[in-house]
Amino acid sequence: MTGNVIEVNNLEHSYGSLKAVDNISFTVKQGEIFSFLGPNGAGKSTVINILTTLKKLQKGEARVNGYDVAKDSKSVRRSIGIVFQMLCLDHEMTVSENLEYHGRIYSMPKKERKERIDELLKLTDLESKRNTLAKDLSGGMKRRLELARGLMTRPAVLFLDEPTVGFDIQTRMRMWEYLREIKREGTTIFLTTHYMEEADQLSDRISIIDHGKIIVTGNSDELKNTLGKDLIYLETSNNKTAAEILRSLRSVKSVTEDTKSLRILIGEDVTHVLPQIMEKIRGEGIDITTVNIKKPSMDDVFVHYTGHELREGDDKEKPQGKETAGVSE
Amino acid sequence: MNFEFRAIYWREMLKFFRFKSVLFSSLIQPVMWLAFFGLAMSDSFDKLTSLVPNEAGVPVVDYLSYMGAGIIAMDVLFSSLFGGTTLMFDKKFSLLRETLASPVPRFHIILGIGLSGVTKAFIQTFIIIGFGKLIGMDFFEGFTLAQTITAILGIMLLVAVFTLGFLFLSGSIAITIENPEGMQSILTLLSMPLFFISNALYPIESFPDILKLLSMFNPLTLLADGIRYFALGTNFSVMGNHYVYTTADIAFSFMGLIFFALTMLSAAMWRFNKVDI
Repeated sequence: MTGNVIEVNNLEHSYGSLKAVDNISFTVKQGEIFSFLGPNGAGKSTVINILTTLKKLQKGEARVNGYDVAKDSKSVRRSIGIVFQMLCLDHEMTVSENLEYHGRIYSMPKKERKERIDELLKLTDLESKRNTLAKDLSGGMKRRLELARGLMTRPAVLFLDEPTVGFDIQTRMRMWEYLREIKREGTTIFLTTHYMEEADQLSDRISIIDHGKIIVTGNSDELKNTLGKDLIYLETSNNKTAAEILRSLRSVKSVTEDTKSLRILIGEDVTHVLPQIMEKIRGEGIDITTVNIKKPSMDDVFVHYTGHELREGDDKEKPQGKETAGVSE
Repeated sequence: MNFEFRAIYWREMLKFFRFKSVLFSSLIQPVMWLAFFGLAMSDSFDKLTSLVPNEAGVPVVDYLSYMGAGIIAMDVLFSSLFGGTTLMFDKKFSLLRETLASPVPRFHIILGIGLSGVTKAFIQTFIIIGFGKLIGMDFFEGFTLAQTITAILGIMLLVAVFTLGFLFLSGSIAITIENPEGMQSILTLLSMPLFFISNALYPIESFPDILKLLSMFNPLTLLADGIRYFALGTNFSVMGNHYVYTTADIAFSFMGLIFFALTMLSAAMWRFNKVDI
C-alpha cells in the first residue's frame, strides 16, 4: 500500500475552556518517520491519544490505516503499535512473557507469536535477556522491549510518545538506530518529541507544534533553508538599539533578541552583509563584543517560527488529565 | 466469539505461581485457620454443648465440620475481596494502559481476572477439604462415590459464583480508588460485617432479629449454608441446633449468589467503562 497512513483534518480538542489542539490537519505517508516537535503542553500527546483511540475525538476527522478513528476504533487498534510516554511493562514478567502477553491480547496464533517474539528479540538485541524479569533490565533495554512489544502485531504504524525522554545521549542515539532499522523494515513511525536533535536526525518530515497549532511542516533541510544559508549572532553594548537599527536594513530579514545576543536572519550572502551591519552599528556608537556566524539549526528554526525557545519544563499549561506515576529507574 | 479473556487469565495465573510468598501464604492460611482456630474452638464448643440434648434420630455433627464449611466461605471471601487489588496496582503503574489500548473488550478484562480468582478459590477449597478430612472433619460422611462427586461439584459451583461476585466488587473498588491505603481500609471495613453477620463460624439462631435478617441475605451465609447442604447433608444437628436444608434453601442460596454476582458485574462494568487513560 502506498499513500497516507494517517490523515487528519481540522482536528480540535479542548479540556474545559482550554483548547489543547486547535484545528490541526496533516498527513503521514506510508513508510516515513514523522515527528511532532514542540514543548510539553503543546498538544502532542493529545493528538497521539486521539489517533490511538485512547481519547475520544471531539471535533474534526482522523483516519489511521484507512479506518475512521471515531467510528472504527477496533480496526484502528488492530493496525497500530504504541509506545507510551511512561514505561509500562510488567516488571514481574520476563522479557518474552511481556511480548507473549501482548500477542495473546491481540489474539495472535501461538505459532505466529513464537516466531514474532524470536524476530523482535533479535531486532532489539534482547535475545540474551529473553528470560530476564523486566524489572532487572536497564532503562534503555526496557524501552527497547516496549519497542518490540509495539511491533509484535506487525502494525501499519508505530506511535511513540516521547520515546527517549529522560535518557542520556548515548542511549538516545542507540534508540534512533533501532527506530531507523524499524523504518527500513517498512513500518511507518509517528513520534512526538521535544528534543530538537531527535526530530532533526530521525525524521523524514517534522511538524512544529505550539499552543495546539501546527506552525510549519517540512523536512529538516527545507525548514532550515527557509532561514537562509547563514545566521549571524551579535553581542553588543546595547542590544535594544542595535536591533532597531538592524531592522531598518534591507538586507536583514528579521532580528530576534535573546537574553544576551541578537539573532539575525539575512537574505543575502553573509560575506557582504556582515561588514555592512557592523559598520552601521559602530556608526551609532554601539560596541560589538562578539560576532558569530553559523548554519541554521533546528533550534533556530523553532525560534524563528514560534518566536520563543523550546525549553524543558515549559509545561505550566499542560492539561495532563489523570496521569498516574510512571515507573522510573 | 472472542477469547481474549484467556490472555488476562494467563497473566494472572502466571503471576500467582510466580510470587512464591503470596502463593505459599494463600495456601497455608486456610490450613492454619483449621488447625489452630478450628481445633481449639471445636474442643471447647463441643465441651460446652455436650450437655445440650440432641433430638433423637438426628445425626449430630461436631463443630469442626460445621466450621469447616465456614472456613471455606471465609477464606474464599478474603482472597476474592482482596483479589481486585492487582487491578489497582496495574492502574497505578500504568500497566493497564497496554491492555486498555488493545482491542480487548473491557468485559474480558473483568472476566479474565474473575476466572483466575475462581481457579485460586478452587485450589483453596480443595486444600481445606483435604486437610479438614485429615484432622477429622466429617464432610461427605456416609456418602456414596457418586454423591460425593455431586457434592463437590455443587460446592465448586457455589464457590465459583460467590468468588466472581466478590472479585467484581473488589475490581470496581480497585479501579475507582487511587491509593493502596484507601483500598485496604475500604476492604477491611467491608469484610468486618460480612464476616461477623454470617453463620460462617457460629449459628445465627440466637442472633437479634435484625442481625438475623441481615445475615440471611449475606452472601457469606448463603455460601456457608450451600456448602453445608452439600457436605453435611440435609438433616443434622450441631450444638443443639437442628438444621434441615430443603431444596428451596439451596435454590435460595444459588439464586441469591447469582443475583449478587450479576449485580457486582454490572457495577464493575460501570466503573470500568469510566476508566480513562
